[in-house]
Amino acid sequence: MSGEQARLAKQPRASLGQRALGLLVRWEMVLFLLLIGVFVLNSNLSPVFLTQRNLLNATFSFMERAIMALPMMLIIISGEIDISVAGIIALSATAMGLASEAGASIPVMILVALATGLAAGLLNAFIVLRFRVPSIAVTIGSMSLFRGVSWAILGNQAISGYPRELAQLGQGTVGNTMIPMPLVMFACLALVFGIVLHRTGIGRTIFAIGNNATATQFSGIPVDRYKAVLFALNGLVAGFAAVLLTSRILSTRPNIAMAWELEVVTLVVLGGVAITGGKGSIIGVVLSIFVTGYLRFGLSLINVPSQVIGIITGLLLVGAIILPGVFEHYSNKLILGKQLKPLEPQRE
Amino acid sequence: MIKRLITVVIVFVLVAGGAFAAGAPEAVPEDEDLRIALLVKSLGNAFFEAARDGAMEAAEELGDVEIIYQGPDEPTAEGQIEIIDSLIAQGVHAIAISSNDPDALVPATQRAQAAGIEVVTFDSDIHPDGRSVFLAPSDDELIGRSQVQAMAEMIDYQGQIAILSASATATNQNIWIEYMQQELEEPEYSDMELVDIVYGDDLSDQSYREAMGLFSSYPDLAGIISPTTVGVAATARAIEDEGLVGQVQLTGLGLPSEMSQYVQDGVSQQVALWNPIELGYGITYIAYHLVRGNAEAAPGAVIPLGELGEVELDEELVTFVGEPFVFDASNIADFEDIY
Repeated sequence: MSGEQARLAKQPRASLGQRALGLLVRWEMVLFLLLIGVFVLNSNLSPVFLTQRNLLNATFSFMERAIMALPMMLIIISGEIDISVAGIIALSATAMGLASEAGASIPVMILVALATGLAAGLLNAFIVLRFRVPSIAVTIGSMSLFRGVSWAILGNQAISGYPRELAQLGQGTVGNTMIPMPLVMFACLALVFGIVLHRTGIGRTIFAIGNNATATQFSGIPVDRYKAVLFALNGLVAGFAAVLLTSRILSTRPNIAMAWELEVVTLVVLGGVAITGGKGSIIGVVLSIFVTGYLRFGLSLINVPSQVIGIITGLLLVGAIILPGVFEHYSNKLILGKQLKPLEPQRE
Repeated sequence: MIKRLITVVIVFVLVAGGAFAAGAPEAVPEDEDLRIALLVKSLGNAFFEAARDGAMEAAEELGDVEIIYQGPDEPTAEGQIEIIDSLIAQGVHAIAISSNDPDALVPATQRAQAAGIEVVTFDSDIHPDGRSVFLAPSDDELIGRSQVQAMAEMIDYQGQIAILSASATATNQNIWIEYMQQELEEPEYSDMELVDIVYGDDLSDQSYREAMGLFSSYPDLAGIISPTTVGVAATARAIEDEGLVGQVQLTGLGLPSEMSQYVQDGVSQQVALWNPIELGYGITYIAYHLVRGNAEAAPGAVIPLGELGEVELDEELVTFVGEPFVFDASNIADFEDIY
């Protein structure tokens, strides 16, 4: 049961007007309005923004990061973080490149990338959980470690010469339509992650761990095992993102996916996931992915320099951390009068 | 929740799909200004800002050109691809690229070509499948031969010379050294002798030690050619430290920012390197003439480059601006802040 429904269920006395207001002032609604705002703004700034082809093609460049945001969402909700994702992408892509150079077939190359990502995720989990070190410290270290290995192997060289057929995965479209393959993969994954998070006991447990890991532990749930699975999953999905990215650019360099970890965290946090854990929704994250993606695309259509786009993304991240809290405070005040901190998602 | 998700998706698709518009490129009418994008390795790099200044200069001369200067904030292929996609979407007329990866950009530039956009490269090439013309910094043969010519003038065509290169496997340097040796076989150099080729691996301290080694092995050494920016700067320092200024001459490929003081102090009379301003200027002319249909991207085609004269395309549609640009005491100070 989501926080929203829990709130409504526990407020039987809330009038219809209050309920409608509650729906209106959710963070997701703000994001949705933001998305419409981005569309209106961009289509006014550039006549070519609002074409079906451009809107679909633009997704190619942010789908790998979008896919990465899904497991990151679960990790942050559980109260942890993984800063090493971009490093894992570099390492997995390098492993995939080495496999390709060794003459591996495409399925083997993909398996190698996934296995490398999984192994990297497991290493993170092992260090965080075995030595009880905060995940932010561990993964800042392993970020340099993973990318460092990639630098050590490749140096200034690039691996290219991937088979052409590989391109279909990351550059192709579905059948004869203009719908990009990565967009479809993201949609499927988002559906699965959404259902797991909001419709299953696993999702409820992740929320519970993020809200109060100790209490969850005492209620008999193997918290560490959950966290280990989340880190491993994050690594695995990073491996998959590496496959998509490699397929899109058919080349591997050690600086691949540079600085993406911050962009991925931005997507998640802007989506309303509390950086302190315990709160968030798939709809918010999906909306924030498209808000940021189309904002970037729109700004680059009018040739805003990329550093300025970087500044705007940075402001979004800061705003995303501050705003949902402020927003919740006032929307609760608005709906519920004086009762300022009423409800958390139900725990079981 | 799921119902709401589906609603959101439906609304989104309606909003997105509601306004179909055709964005097909057409032939450029004569009275329409050309929009040429200069896509560089990364923003905030003085070398490329100098190239942009050159492009602006060319645009001003041509009159009907608008330059879009763009690059990713990190020098990555994915960053450049994202920008190429946005340039395709806005339907620019030409994209001139200095690439971060010779292969990764090709699918994106092929999409651009399919959309009717002229794709040319400068400074750093991509695979020929994804571009028409490449404007190289300079020609390998010219680089090699002109270094020997410069050295010969400094030492009056006589004496022992040595080469201090980057690594023994560096492709560029080895090609240039080969042409240096060929040039030295010409009769006018009969009193010059190439006594050694040493490798500093493009490491400053190692290049410095190799230069010191040359001084002790060849006490009569008249000059050193170092066709690498790291090597030439380290050798200049070695000559200065050993008090050999004037006794051992030095030339090579050097960055004005690193070599300015040495050239002004007379440690080296001149160094050479390609000029990014000329690169930006030249590639703008090339892109312009290709889009306007004044020139054809075919082997042997001749393209006028404004003040730089004309260039001819070779078999692989590669051309170059000219001889490496020579920096001496009279002009190096003007460039030291640029690159």
